[in-house]
Amino acid sequence: MSTTLNNQAKSDVGPGMRFTGAAANYLDERTSASTAMKTLGRKIFPDHWSFMLGEVALYSFIVILISGTFLTFFFDPSMTEVEYEGSYLPLKGIEMSVAYHTSLDLSFDIRGGLLMRQVHHWAALLFVASIGLHMLRVFFTGAFRKPRELNWIIGFVLFILAMAEGFTGYSLPDDLLSGNGLRIIDGMIKAFPVIGVWMSYLFFGEEFPGVDVIPRLYVLHIMLLPAILIATLAIHMVLLVVNKHTQFAGPGRTNDNVVGSPVLPVFAAKAGGFFFLVFGTIMLIASMFTINPIWNYGPYDPSPVSAGTQPDWYIGFADGALRLVPPGWEFVLLGHTWSMNILAPTIVLGLFIVLVALYPFFEAWVTGDKREHHIADRPRNAPTRTAIGAAGVTFYAVLWAAASSDLIATHFKLTIEGVITSLQVLFFLAPVLAFVITKRTCLALQRKDREIALHGYESGRIVRLPGGEYIEVHEQLEDSERWRLLDYNDYKPLTVRPNDQGRITVGTRIRSGFSRWFFEDRVMPVGQKELDEAKH
Amino acid sequence: MATKPPGNDITSAMPAPEPSPGTAIVSSDTVANPGLPGEHVRVTDLDPKEEKKAERRIALFFSLSIIGSVIAAVSYVIFPIIPGDMASVRANNMFVGLGAAIGLLGVGIGAVHWAKSLMHGHELVEERHPTRGSEETRQTAVEMFTQANKESGFTRRSLVRNTLIGALVATPIPAVALFRDLAPAADPIAKMKETMWAKGVRLTKDPSGVPIKASEVTIGSAFQVIPEGLAELEHHRLEEKAKAAVLLMRLPVEDLVEKPERASWSYQGIVAYSKICTHVGCPVALYEQQTHHLLCPCHQSEFDVSNHCEVIFGPAARPLPQLPITVDAQGYLVAQSDFTEPVGPSFWEREL
Amino acid sequence: MTNTRVPRRTGRRHPLMGALLLVIGLFVTGGAYAATSAGIAMAETPPVSQASLIDEGEKLFLANCASCHGLNAEGREAGPSLIGVGALAVDFQVGTGRMPMAASGPQAEAKPVQFTQAQIDALAAFVASLAPGPGMPNPEHYAGDGDAAEGGALFRVNCAMCHNVAGAGGALTEGKYAPHLRDLDPVHIYGAMVTGPQNMPVFNDMNLTPEQKNDVITYLKYLDETPSVGGFTLGSLGPVSEGLFVWLIGLGGLIAVAIWLTARSN
Repeated sequence: MSTTLNNQAKSDVGPGMRFTGAAANYLDERTSASTAMKTLGRKIFPDHWSFMLGEVALYSFIVILISGTFLTFFFDPSMTEVEYEGSYLPLKGIEMSVAYHTSLDLSFDIRGGLLMRQVHHWAALLFVASIGLHMLRVFFTGAFRKPRELNWIIGFVLFILAMAEGFTGYSLPDDLLSGNGLRIIDGMIKAFPVIGVWMSYLFFGEEFPGVDVIPRLYVLHIMLLPAILIATLAIHMVLLVVNKHTQFAGPGRTNDNVVGSPVLPVFAAKAGGFFFLVFGTIMLIASMFTINPIWNYGPYDPSPVSAGTQPDWYIGFADGALRLVPPGWEFVLLGHTWSMNILAPTIVLGLFIVLVALYPFFEAWVTGDKREHHIADRPRNAPTRTAIGAAGVTFYAVLWAAASSDLIATHFKLTIEGVITSLQVLFFLAPVLAFVITKRTCLALQRKDREIALHGYESGRIVRLPGGEYIEVHEQLEDSERWRLLDYNDYKPLTVRPNDQGRITVGTRIRSGFSRWFFEDRVMPVGQKELDEAKH
Repeated sequence: MATKPPGNDITSAMPAPEPSPGTAIVSSDTVANPGLPGEHVRVTDLDPKEEKKAERRIALFFSLSIIGSVIAAVSYVIFPIIPGDMASVRANNMFVGLGAAIGLLGVGIGAVHWAKSLMHGHELVEERHPTRGSEETRQTAVEMFTQANKESGFTRRSLVRNTLIGALVATPIPAVALFRDLAPAADPIAKMKETMWAKGVRLTKDPSGVPIKASEVTIGSAFQVIPEGLAELEHHRLEEKAKAAVLLMRLPVEDLVEKPERASWSYQGIVAYSKICTHVGCPVALYEQQTHHLLCPCHQSEFDVSNHCEVIFGPAARPLPQLPITVDAQGYLVAQSDFTEPVGPSFWEREL
Repeated sequence: MTNTRVPRRTGRRHPLMGALLLVIGLFVTGGAYAATSAGIAMAETPPVSQASLIDEGEKLFLANCASCHGLNAEGREAGPSLIGVGALAVDFQVGTGRMPMAASGPQAEAKPVQFTQAQIDALAAFVASLAPGPGMPNPEHYAGDGDAAEGGALFRVNCAMCHNVAGAGGALTEGKYAPHLRDLDPVHIYGAMVTGPQNMPVFNDMNLTPEQKNDVITYLKYLDETPSVGGFTLGSLGPVSEGLFVWLIGLGGLIAVAIWLTARSN
């Protein structure tokens, strides 16, 4: 690169370009930067808004890192008790931990402190929300299929890490709300068989609340978890580059290519611009909307509590699960207390997230499809998968709603008992309903697509035929539009065959059962012959 | 080539096998891909005036961004925080934030508009390569691996290998042991079974520590209670409070349904119960003086105070422990003893 | 085509006219009653002496309260006895519009006040005359000039579990709720603490001294008068409203931005 620039007449090239050339040459001679440019510079990224949810997550994470760094310059996690000497009148002279005091200082006595606190917390809520929605997008488009199963697991790990970051983070100010959250966590830990009391004791450094837990959470929050998160995120992005992004079906798009915009300049400009837009949106929200007003809650004390005690939204499903347990779920066996009211929700939630993590492998086992998949499915073209996803989302939503049962009661003038009992019923009923409705809707949409592919769409023009009847004229789709409706994978249920020993194994039977559940009801894509016949 | 490990199918010298489609229907009748659609031409591609307008629009957004960033910096100074004046805190937060927001959004909108309207709009195609390496690459990889195995003798020298694995497994064990001193040496289970309450300890108001006379507790009252001495504790105040917090209420005597063995635990309709929820430990303090329900706000466990705080709704499994109370010679309410069971959430060793 | 069926209606009036006239009539009579009875309730009658105040109160009581509370305030199935509740309970219940109760339900809701303060004073005097009970407090005990920090600490320990740390209200069992405490008349806050309306516990002067009650009122007034430093409070309901906001407005907004970003340019 430098040789061609050096050979050009100086008047051809402006001073900016000359500097860039010289700098590029310097770097390349020390880092092989030109190889990176060659490999990555014009990499193609497909363009769909739903592919940007992961970017929202990534950029809000960067915002978290930036705002969080500012906060670390002022926050002190120590639980030493001091008297408040800041400028917020209703807390003057009140005994509180240094952690709470410094959080108040950030809010009331340091310019930009409150802004950074709010940016940090809003960005954290957005971070976990966008990871969740991104995971749902990946799920519903089948982008977890080979070769991306491992990236799904890594993304799942990122989701858990993000929730852990959020939990450790909002507990740091040691206020009444998050302190009661820690109290609940302590109660849950203590319920664990054999090791529960010891785990609680070691975690809190003595009896609850102790003087060690906030500094320990601080180390987790600013050092250990971010380090693991960043490393896992790096692997996630590397795999994304290696596998390349999936793309939706469309004219010119095949399983063996990527169609879209090159990194330089279009994708970089859009992605870079989107970073500023995400940051700007968070900043706008943080300047206009209060989040976590710790001064209202007061310092943590085991005696007071606020009506409307909920954790941040992403822990809501766990809080809700606790609320839905009926009374009395505890028994004593051989002198040991089994707190099933804690253990049962923990096991259910644990199973749920394990199922989420392992879904790609389950689906691959059912379909037996070992090919690489780079075309993103339209959700309707995988009806059972989409219905399973809808059921999972509904299950999560019921638990999430349960966490705000008292607020639902006050806002809609219901009884808390009625709300909780209804949600207990919905816990079982709603996912089943969601599954059935979603699957039927997907199949119906597929049939509609089939109709349109074969016979065209209703154009809105009504024509009266000579015989007096009215018909609506159907316009045929363009080939490129029709292609979108036809390009999807079709599966049939597994034919059960005996193995080499002449037996049909239990595994095969189970697999066949699932395969039937998945693919018995299906709508086949339109083939060329059918299309020709329809056009006669 | 080195000895092939048995059962390893990647050492095949044949071309890469087609991955099985499983139960997928691979149809020979599929419609052909119509190919990339034609170029999408934008007004900025056709009309130089539109292009110039777009350029000016982009520049406008970038300029607004500069103004926004300047506003943010200037606001930091011209909207200072006046200690105690909440309106000044609000103003500082809002104007610095809005300025910064405009600064950021301006760049974002400008950059995206630039990409959409002016940058080369054609969709480009890049071919994918199979994720697995070519047969040649895989072969080379296997050869390298096998050669390294032969040179080190890892597979062959089982004694060396097995003792290495043992050593690596054993290395982290000290790290596990190092975590014991995260907490003091004392037995936590014993601590969970005792609180500051004892015979003769006066009930005092939370947080002032002022003792309470029985005559002060009128019907319908709810007093937040801590044991005498807790308010003055230098160390461990919150830890003791987390076990000793109590709710004191007076019900009409006729409303109380008492077990005979606990009839002496109340005093003329005044009852005291642990405030630490038996579910997961939140303070249970929402007392309804007419229904005698006690509600925990965290997970909506409900306890019936007229019936020894039996659980009537919600996820709690056990009633709240009752503190036996009576009055001393001066008429102050005192405990008769510590709680007769551990307070708060259940744990494995609770009944032992 | 010929219609051979006999037409059903012979009159010129629409068949629904009867129903419509009935509805209009109901509105007219109801509205006239409301207008005139409001007039009765609104009529100012400055009392001359304590005795006449009690008389005035008894008249109002018989007209508005006796149907539920009994002719001598002794209580009936519909309403409890008011003997011994004191002037302060009346001032609170009637002064916040909770009484007269409009409909049965889990609890009496605050609603538009139906009487003037003079009438409320009269009712209070009447009820106070029945038996000794909590009287109106010394105004310096609800002046709101106490210690906001002390008040906040007391509020958090004694009140926040039902009313929420910011006084935004909260749920109780079986459809009851602790109402929000924003922008209330200080004397009513005091009255509620002393009299323990319905399921609210009683906070007598030995539990919270009058000075401490003043501190609590000072704290609540501080919350009312102080602007929220972070911006709009979203109802002060905590993480639930924050979570809803971030999903609907935050993510929703960014999805709108993403759709714009990936859309083809004109």
